[in-house]
Amino acid sequence: MTRKQRLGAVRIGVGLALFAAGWCLPAGAWRLGAWAAAYAVAGADVLWASARNVLRGELFDENFLMAVASLGAMALGDFAEGAAVMLFYQVGEWFQAYAVGRTRRSVAALMDIRPDRARVLRGGAAAEVAPEAVAPGETLVVRPGERIPLDGTVLRGRSALDTAALTGESLPRAVGPGDAAPSGCVNLSGLLEIRVDRPYGESTVARVLALVEEAAGRKARTEAFITAFARVYTPAVCVGALALAALPPLVAGGAWGVWAYRALTFLVISCPCALVISVPLSFFGGIGAASRRGVLLKGSTCVEALARVRTVVFDKTGTLTRGAFAVTEARPAPGFDRGRLLELAACAESASTHPLARAVVAAWGGAVPPGAVSGVREAAGQGVEAEVRGRRVLVGNAALMAAHGVALPPWPGAPGSVVHVACDGAYAGSLLARDEPKPDAAEAVAALRRAGVRRTVMLTGDAEPAARAVAQSLGLDGFRAGLLPADKVAHVGRLREETRAESPKATLAFVGDGINDAPALALADVGVAMGALGSDAAIEAADVVLMDDRPSGLPLAIRVARGTLRIARQNIVLAVGVKAAVLALGALGLAGLWAAVFADVGVACLATLNALRALRLR
Amino acid sequence: MRKHYRLSNLDCANCAAKLEAALGRVEGVTAARVGFITQSLTLEFAEGRESEAEAAARALVRRLEPGVSMA
Repeated sequence: MTRKQRLGAVRIGVGLALFAAGWCLPAGAWRLGAWAAAYAVAGADVLWASARNVLRGELFDENFLMAVASLGAMALGDFAEGAAVMLFYQVGEWFQAYAVGRTRRSVAALMDIRPDRARVLRGGAAAEVAPEAVAPGETLVVRPGERIPLDGTVLRGRSALDTAALTGESLPRAVGPGDAAPSGCVNLSGLLEIRVDRPYGESTVARVLALVEEAAGRKARTEAFITAFARVYTPAVCVGALALAALPPLVAGGAWGVWAYRALTFLVISCPCALVISVPLSFFGGIGAASRRGVLLKGSTCVEALARVRTVVFDKTGTLTRGAFAVTEARPAPGFDRGRLLELAACAESASTHPLARAVVAAWGGAVPPGAVSGVREAAGQGVEAEVRGRRVLVGNAALMAAHGVALPPWPGAPGSVVHVACDGAYAGSLLARDEPKPDAAEAVAALRRAGVRRTVMLTGDAEPAARAVAQSLGLDGFRAGLLPADKVAHVGRLREETRAESPKATLAFVGDGINDAPALALADVGVAMGALGSDAAIEAADVVLMDDRPSGLPLAIRVARGTLRIARQNIVLAVGVKAAVLALGALGLAGLWAAVFADVGVACLATLNALRALRLR
Repeated sequence: MRKHYRLSNLDCANCAAKLEAALGRVEGVTAARVGFITQSLTLEFAEGRESEAEAAARALVRRLEPGVSMA
């Protein structure tokens, strides 16, 4: 509770006590005095604000309307009711402020990744300074249990990092010298010395925080609708109140007092607060829930678009697959075994930096003894020729083998890149290297389907057999292979048209790793950038940012978006429905001021509590 | 040119909506967004009119919501 809230609670308590005391006193001046005191204690600020706003010409101010409703009830002779309306209005306002404060704090706690201090080595000693005051190139000291304040690279020490605040990933990430240390991660086990790579303003933490604040500023259509509705609601209800007070007595000769009282019930529920508060609160809760799990939604607009995603287009490399080759199959020729084949190939390629060569060396896993390899000659675009322990070894593609007159067995439709090996002019076997799907890719595709996505398509520049193998193993609906970057954009555009044609509100999401994807990200209804820790361009261009590189963040985002929208709609129906019901009952004389004020306060509290559920969506 | 502010003691959602609408009409302000939940205000100013528009916006906040402070 803030100081202001404590003060409010005391005021309400005193007001209620005075009000109750009034009931106990005998009817007369003392009783009226107690009620008047209760009214003054509870409603002084409302009366003051209404006077101020009316002088400014603001007639549809909820303070003013509340003042009119309560004073009107007193004027009609119902002193207790007038005081009670004001009291309960204040009780409601207090609860609402309390609930909103709680939400604010719990969301803020989720995003509590802002470092307060940074410990920098300056002149041989560690100094504590504000993160903004640290320059790139300086050395940070981060103790176990502390948060890394700026993006950097580990210089000394080994540790495990908890990246959960940024990525939602619960497995710690092991780091050692040379590894990236993103800000916002918590150092778990060992002392780390980190060289600062970027100033605080450009560090991951600062960018994530800026994004979340921006996100809260972009308003969805649902929200815009509520704002527009709120703007006409209050004047409309007030006009209704006037008509209700004046028309029946004038036209049908009703009693003035009865209809004036009924009109006052209108004024009590003329504030659209429940609506205005609960819808943005739901969106904020949803955005908070997603960001806790490493998914940044850039604003309420993209929550709406995400909830209607029917087609998901994936870029292949780095999105569905790891983006790095691994040897998945070895086919040794007669006279060779798998180990021997890998050893020959790995030794010959040990000096090469080609991604395929790295994969072969990694698959072998051994260390090349010094002096075992000599006379290495790389044939660009073909492979490598080398002397391994006195034997002439060729490692490369079919063209290299053909150039040396080595006959190859056929391997039609190989689902990846094939590396052939020859030893002393004779074929020794072949290795298949593939860019393997990420471990959670197949599950992500299945989860998307469960979440209502009708079509999943993969786009890639790779050759057809490799693309087909990946698409089939992941259970995708379709794929397009051999595409140039410009083709990808054209395909996204065409698929978007097709999605629209099926249903005008359906949207398309494009998922890429943010490298060379900006045009497709921008063209899609929802651009999703993946593995964004450290990539500025992707964060800029995308609507949804998956902080780590697991595609399963997308189905999560869609589920959260759906849930958020559902909660927001429930709140709209709840608030509008209850208000409409009370208006009708009030006009018929079936609901008095008590009922009206309870309904109004109650619906605001219920809507706020309902909105809080969005924080727990998953 | 865009600037962020913190609003404190803003505790009524409808007031926030009204404040936002009024700030959007301030001369020299091209867009105004009040985040009720984040207690934040974002103002976009027309080129070269930041200081006068900002002063006008501050005066407006003081007039409409005397309890709210803008930092």
